[in-house]
Formats: sequence, C-alpha cells, structure tokens
Amino acid sequence: MTDSALSTSPHEFGDVRGDRAANRLTSNNSHWAERLLNVLFFGCAFISVVTTAAVIIILARETWGFFQEVPVRDFLLGTRWTPLLNPKSYGILPLLSGTVLIVVGSSLVALPVGVACAVYLSEFASDRIRQVVKPVLEILAGIPTVVYGFFALTFVTPVLRMILPQTHVFNAASAAIVVGIMVLPMVASLCDDALRSVPSSLREGAYSLGATSFEVTISVVLPAALSGIFAAFVLAVSRAIGETMAVTLAAGATPNFTLNPLESIQTMTSYIVQVSLGDTPSGTLAYKTLFAVAAVLFSLTLALNLLANQVMNKYHEVYE
Amino acid sequence: MMNSTVSGSPGNSAEPDPAILEARNVCISYGENLAVNNVSLLIPEKKITAIIGPSGCGKSTLLRSFNRMNDFIDTVSQTGSMTFRGEDIYAANTDPVEVRLKIGMVFQKPNPFPKSIYRNVAWGPMINGMRGDMDELVEAALKRAALWDEVKDRVDESALTLSGGQQQRLCIARALAMKPEIILMDEPCSALDPVSTARIEDLLFELKQNYTIVIVTHNMHQAARVSDYTAFLENGVLVEYGETDQVFTRPANNRTEEYVTGRFG
Ligand SMILES: Nc1ncnc2c1ncn2[C@@H]1O[C@H](COP(=O)(O)OP(=O)(O)O)[C@@H](O)[C@H]1O
Ligand SMILES: [Mg+2]
Repeated sequence: MTDSALSTSPHEFGDVRGDRAANRLTSNNSHWAERLLNVLFFGCAFISVVTTAAVIIILARETWGFFQEVPVRDFLLGTRWTPLLNPKSYGILPLLSGTVLIVVGSSLVALPVGVACAVYLSEFASDRIRQVVKPVLEILAGIPTVVYGFFALTFVTPVLRMILPQTHVFNAASAAIVVGIMVLPMVASLCDDALRSVPSSLREGAYSLGATSFEVTISVVLPAALSGIFAAFVLAVSRAIGETMAVTLAAGATPNFTLNPLESIQTMTSYIVQVSLGDTPSGTLAYKTLFAVAAVLFSLTLALNLLANQVMNKYHEVYE
Repeated sequence: MMNSTVSGSPGNSAEPDPAILEARNVCISYGENLAVNNVSLLIPEKKITAIIGPSGCGKSTLLRSFNRMNDFIDTVSQTGSMTFRGEDIYAANTDPVEVRLKIGMVFQKPNPFPKSIYRNVAWGPMINGMRGDMDELVEAALKRAALWDEVKDRVDESALTLSGGQQQRLCIARALAMKPEIILMDEPCSALDPVSTARIEDLLFELKQNYTIVIVTHNMHQAARVSDYTAFLENGVLVEYGETDQVFTRPANNRTEEYVTGRFG
C-alpha cells in the first residue's frame, strides 16, 4: 500500500525506500490508534449524553403521570406531605422547607468559616502550615457521610439538647451543623484556590498605597476573588441540597412544614431514600411521587448551576 | 566615603542637590543569592533619577527596598542603612505603611484594581482616612496624571476597560492621590506602545516640579531623555552614578561606556 503513495519509481531509492516504508507503517499505526481513541472518546461522550437524556425523559414521563392525578397547584402549594398515609396529601412545601433549613443552616456554618479558613491559608499562613493544612482538608472532604450522620446523632444532638432542652431527638439543626462541617473543607479549599489566583501584582499595588494586610485582603483580594468564592458557595449549596445520609440520620423522616430548626424534618432527598427503600409497588401514585420530587430537586440544582455560570461569565468579562 | 570607585552622591558640582533618600552600604540577598552588593547612593530631591543596567542586575530589588516592598518576599534579607530625610526606613519602630505613604510606587505592568476608575484613585485616600472632598481629590490626581480629559465622562466604568497606557497613567494617578513625596517607577513603560510611552515621559517632566522620581528603565534612550541623574548597576554593584549628561557622554567607567553605547546588555 505504500507503493502507491510513493509515486516515484521505487528502484531509485534502494534502501531508503525500505526505511520510508517502515515509517509509513508506524505512522499508519498511530493513525489507527488515534481513530480508535476518537471513537472511544466519542462513545464515552455519547453514553453520558444519552444517559442524561434518558434520565430527563424518564423523570419527565413519570412526573407527567403524577400530575395526571395530582393538580400542580396542590403539589406546589400544599403544606401537608403524606403520600403514604391516609388521608393522602401531596403538598411538597414541607419537603422544601426541610431542604431549605438544611441548606441555610449548613451555609451559615460552612460559608463564613470556610472563607475565613481560606483567607488565613492564602493570605497569612506560612508555606509550611499550608502544606500541612491543605491535605488535611482533602482528607476531611473524603470522610463517608454516614460517619457525619452518626457524629450528629451521638455528639451534636446531645450537646444541642443540653443547651436547648426543647430540641427534638431528631432535628434539623444538628443535621445542618454536620452538613456544614462536611462541606467546610471543600469551601475552604476552593476559596483558597480562588484567593490565590488573584495576581500578586494587585496585592503589591494595594500595599504600595499604604494599605495594611487587613485592608488589602478585605477590599482588594476578596472582591477580586468573588467569582471563585461564589462558585464554591454554589457547590456547597448543591452538596447540601443533595446530602441524604447524614440528614436522614440526624433530622429524622417527618415531613414538617416549619422553619424551626429544633424540630424533626424531612428533606427531598431523604424522602426519596425512604420510599426507595420501602416496599412501594412501582406504578402506584406513591411511587410516582418519587419522580415528582426528583424533578423538583433536578430543577433546583439546574437553576443553581445556571445562575452560577451566569454570574461567573459576567464577572470574567469585566475582569479581563 | 563609601565605595572605593563610585561616589554615592551624583553631584560633581560643588553644591550637590539636597538628598531625600540615602542608601549606605546596602546589600540585599534572596537566600544565598546576593542581588544588591554594597550599594551607596543619595537620591536628590525633586529630580528624576534613573537606574539602568542589564536585566537581572538588581534594579528592581534596589528600587523596591526604598519603600519596603521586599518585606513581602520571605527569603529577602538586607543589610546596610537606608534613610528617608534622615529617618531610618528599616528601624524597628518604623511602620512600613507610613514609609509607603511617603514613597509611592508604579509597577512594570499596569495593575489597576478591578474596580471603577474613580474607586481606583479614591481607594488609597479612603482607607487611609483622608478628609476633604474626594471628588476633587480624584479629579486633581487624574489631571496631574494627564488622564482626566480622557476619562472624565466615564469615571464609574471599570478601570479594566482602559487601554494599557491609560491604565498605567491611572496607576500613576492612584499613587499621586496619596500625595507621596517620592514616586518609584519600575520600568513603567515597558508594557506600553511608543505613543503611551511618550505621554508618560512628558508627564514625568511635569511631576518633577513636585515630586522626587526614581525610575528603573532598561531603555537607555529613555534614561537619557528624562532623567537628571543616572545610576548604572551591574551584577548588583553600583558601577557609576552621576549627572545623566556626564554618564552618557563622558562615563568615568568603561563598563558604563560599553553599556550605554550598546556594546553589551
Ligand atoms: N523573588 C525573588 N526570589 C529570588 N530571587 C529573586 C527574586 N527577585 C529577583 N531575584 C533575583 O535577584 C536578582 C536581581 O533581580 P531584579 O532586581 O529583579 O533585577 P532587574 O530588575 O535588574 O532585572 C536576579 O538574579 C534575580 O534572579
Ligand atoms: Mg526588574
């Protein structure tokens, strides 16, 4: 096959031709490898697109089925969530309020502490301290969430009940606190990266105007790192919304339309786990509630991600 | 009185200009690496002093030591004495923030804050609790930096929308707003086009009326055009220091001659 490519007479080249032919072969090989990789990667991309599409289609279909039986209004505005008990009621607000309690509570823990950690690490800590603390943060981020749930039940809740005796055994506050602790390392690490990506020339410019390190941090470095910090917040919130195990363990499984963190609540994800683990027959209305709740969860996280993208894009335009 | 070959004072005339900054036997090293080697020099007040020399010879290091910007580099150590109007810049009880209020700086690459043009200029005075009419102060600083006419209708826009040359003049305005006595400039035109460079050079002549300027430049023509005094550094050593005319036309040291005539570096 090389002959046709080497259009000139092969005899003139003697040995050289042999070399060339060998080169051709290897280059053809690498083409094959390249094409194979192309197909492989395309396959991977295709599979992930297809699965995402499949998830959305199934979600939409089952949710549609659910709304054939329950009016959208009742679902979105109802304040009682008792799909498994009589009288049945399908208002998602209790699950939403439960989720909101966990998200807000955990953010109150994770965001300020996480940003403070990051500021310390990036602006004030020596390299030696950083080299120890950064890996520790990553290890903390890798602890299985059920451990945090257990920690909430056996440590955080008793402490809370000691301080505030009216606290229920299962309560949102305890869950929110451990979810906050759980996402804290991620927030700290991402914010640290964001702060460190602020060019040092900005810091120098600020110092040269007679600023103290506090002023430089608060009014130059933090604002310049805002988009990265915001991204960290969004990830933290997404994780808090999605967190299931620790929340189910610590906050219980009582759909409760309340904003009192000392009561037992149920979040959207813990409801999904509860029903999935139970013996609800597929095709029933109770089964379809799973998909309706999942659709709400999906839309919420999607909206959050879109918002994050929007903010980041806008900010980057200004910055460059 | 100082180095064996080079006088610390640039003035060869009988009455040298009064000095505002003085370095005596200053050595600065990064860890083991000696970047500035036993430099002694007097910087005269309300003049432009240029520091020239091949890349890596310690110009920036020396310049940054005047307002203690090397404090932020962990490995730096410095010996010798450095004074501003006779006050020790490195004394234990000297506040580096106060030093930087008196001795401002403009950097090689324009580094405006990602804030509005107005806030870039007002930021320094604001954090330092300056009183008075901020609008007036901002306008005056922008006028001094020859930027006002170009930005007066858009001071609330982001500083990052300005061109490189405008950004550098904004950085000069930002430094001027602090009303420093000395402005250190580290190759302020190296990132700029010739037109912007010419504008900044014109600006330097204006500023000389009120400020002492120390400018590092790798551009010999620029040094010859704008400065009153020129210091030539090589490998951290002050090879020659004198009136610019003399350094460029009748250098005392033949290394200087080779450098300014472009035979090396
Ligand atoms: N932050 C730093 N850490 C270690 N060495 C440095 C640092 N900055 C400069 N140096 C070294 O100090 C010497 C002088 O550098 P510099 O003052 O930047 O020279 P110039 O401004 O004349 O080009 C060079 O050898 C350079 O490698
Ligand atoms: Mg330099």
